[in-house]
Amino acid sequence: MKKLTFLCLAVSLVVAFSLPCAAETLELLTWEGYAPKALMDKFEQETGITVKPTYSNNEEMIAKLRATRGAGFDLAQPSQDRIASVQEKFKLYQPIDYSKVDTAQIVPSMLKAVKKNTLVGGKSYALPHIYGTSGLIVNRKFAPEAADYSDLLNPAYNGRISYRLKRPTLIGVAFSMHQDPFALYGNPDRYQKLMEQVGQKLIDGKYLVKNYWTNGDALLQSMRSGEVYVAMAWDNGGWKLHAENSDIDFVAPKSGALGWIDTFAIPAKAKNVSAAYKWINFMLKPENAAVFTNAEKYGTASAGAIEFYDPEVKSNFQRSFSQADIDNIKWYPPVPAKLESIEGLILDKVKASNESVPASERNKSE
Amino acid sequence: MRSRRSLTFLLFITPVVLWLFLLIVLPHVDLLLMSFHTEDDSGAMVWSLVNYLNFFQEPVYWRTFMRTAIYAILVTMITFAVSLPVAFYITKVVSPRFSGFLSLLLLMPFWVSELVRVYGWMILLRESGVLNHFLMVSGLLQRPVEMLYNDVTMVMGLVYTSMLFMVVPLISVLESLDDSLIEAAYDLGGGIFSIVTRIIIPHAMPGIMSGGIVVFMLTLGNYLTPNLIGGKNSLWFTEQIYNQFIASFNWNQGAAFGFLLLVLSSSIIWLGLKLTRQKLSQVVQ
Repeated sequence: MKKLTFLCLAVSLVVAFSLPCAAETLELLTWEGYAPKALMDKFEQETGITVKPTYSNNEEMIAKLRATRGAGFDLAQPSQDRIASVQEKFKLYQPIDYSKVDTAQIVPSMLKAVKKNTLVGGKSYALPHIYGTSGLIVNRKFAPEAADYSDLLNPAYNGRISYRLKRPTLIGVAFSMHQDPFALYGNPDRYQKLMEQVGQKLIDGKYLVKNYWTNGDALLQSMRSGEVYVAMAWDNGGWKLHAENSDIDFVAPKSGALGWIDTFAIPAKAKNVSAAYKWINFMLKPENAAVFTNAEKYGTASAGAIEFYDPEVKSNFQRSFSQADIDNIKWYPPVPAKLESIEGLILDKVKASNESVPASERNKSE
Repeated sequence: MRSRRSLTFLLFITPVVLWLFLLIVLPHVDLLLMSFHTEDDSGAMVWSLVNYLNFFQEPVYWRTFMRTAIYAILVTMITFAVSLPVAFYITKVVSPRFSGFLSLLLLMPFWVSELVRVYGWMILLRESGVLNHFLMVSGLLQRPVEMLYNDVTMVMGLVYTSMLFMVVPLISVLESLDDSLIEAAYDLGGGIFSIVTRIIIPHAMPGIMSGGIVVFMLTLGNYLTPNLIGGKNSLWFTEQIYNQFIASFNWNQGAAFGFLLLVLSSSIIWLGLKLTRQKLSQVVQ
């Protein structure tokens, strides 16, 4: 018996001490598609650092970092509007050391905007990386008229509508009601009233919705198969589909596409900070940024990358955005605390509500 | 010898105790404390019951809660109704040589993860899916029908995911049922209904309850199936907990919901045991 006990101990000790010392790694908390394999391989060749990406979204990134108080990852990529209030409250990130960043290769206006929007206590916490817009993906063959967020509630497309049950939808629909939710960010009471109106609209129009999408690939699949005609989604998805089927395209909504910038932010307890800066500088190098844009269709904050773009990528932007559309893009300002719980309750109510078809529509279908 | 035995005992009990304490008890205590805290206007954490009050004041929360509970009970009952004939067939009807093989067939779908199985159902049932395709080709349907995103499909998905956990305990209790009891009942002129209700079900009661508890807990705590198959019309209470933690960053509220779910499942199981006059210690054996 004693032998067995001894053996158990010995085995467990050997196991504990023989864990292999891995090569240098970069734990990257990012969005799907933000770390293309080709670029990770090139980075490993140049620096010997292996990138280990974890795919997530804004809410989950914050929750993950909050659970560990900013440990476990060397670099995260939250949107610029979701950093300041979170940083103030939970101290998840460390300030950016601009001396380690090759700022010459970043578009100055975006660098400045992100610097300003992530300013907490005199220090900035993020660098711009990728930008894009949320708007409509429309199948022109079946929905030639769809042009604004209000078409997400249009009975003409009954059963052929899809959107995410997340805050961008609330904000987009609010803009289509000729309101400016961003102007109410500082006034939670009025913001709540507006969101309640938006929520009621979504409940009234619930019977029109095919489903609330949660996974980008699944949405593209249902657009491709013709199950969905009008969806609210990111621009790159529409452009990807346009390459396969010219009927489908991204449309900048009349009341304004919602512009976002995803950033680089370094978690407070990052282990390999130098690798994080190396990856930042690497990803913003024009030729690397162009590899990313040509594959994923999103633009980056890399100055000069445009020279390496495929012609098709350039035409995407021109096709979907007139100069007026560009001027009309609503860029997300930093989200103050407390708004998330207001929106959360509204979204829960929409999802829990029973759909009811109005009498006028019922007669029509019979 | 005695001391050696106690040393071995200690060696084997330590991981269990550590596991229970560090990974289950401690986090739960932390969550319980969290659920009684809230943020005041200045952003500081204070003791409060507001998280629990919110639950009762906001209809959307307790309605989802009741809906989840009722559907979980319904799913448990349907699973039982489907599993009993299957278990009976495997243990009593088919020749013993095949019963092992049939149980293996039941087990096979569980070699792939739940996510993959749910996506499998979605490929079958979606509007442009396999089933619609065959119905259209055979001329039974003129236009494809959306079969996903409703409660019926969701219940079916939940029954499918949890059937195995009902069949296995039923097989083990039915194996101990003496065939001659059923034969005697037939000799005395008993019909199928009275044989099932007066011989099989009373004998299988411990198995039914243990299967029922597992199925009920799994269904109540399921997140994937209601979310993916139920789609737009199926807010499940687990999803509300997830939303509080992830989307609203309100961990205190999420923790309170978590405890309410724990209380709900424990009390429904207690009620079930009382109604069927079973003891928990008997059932878990």
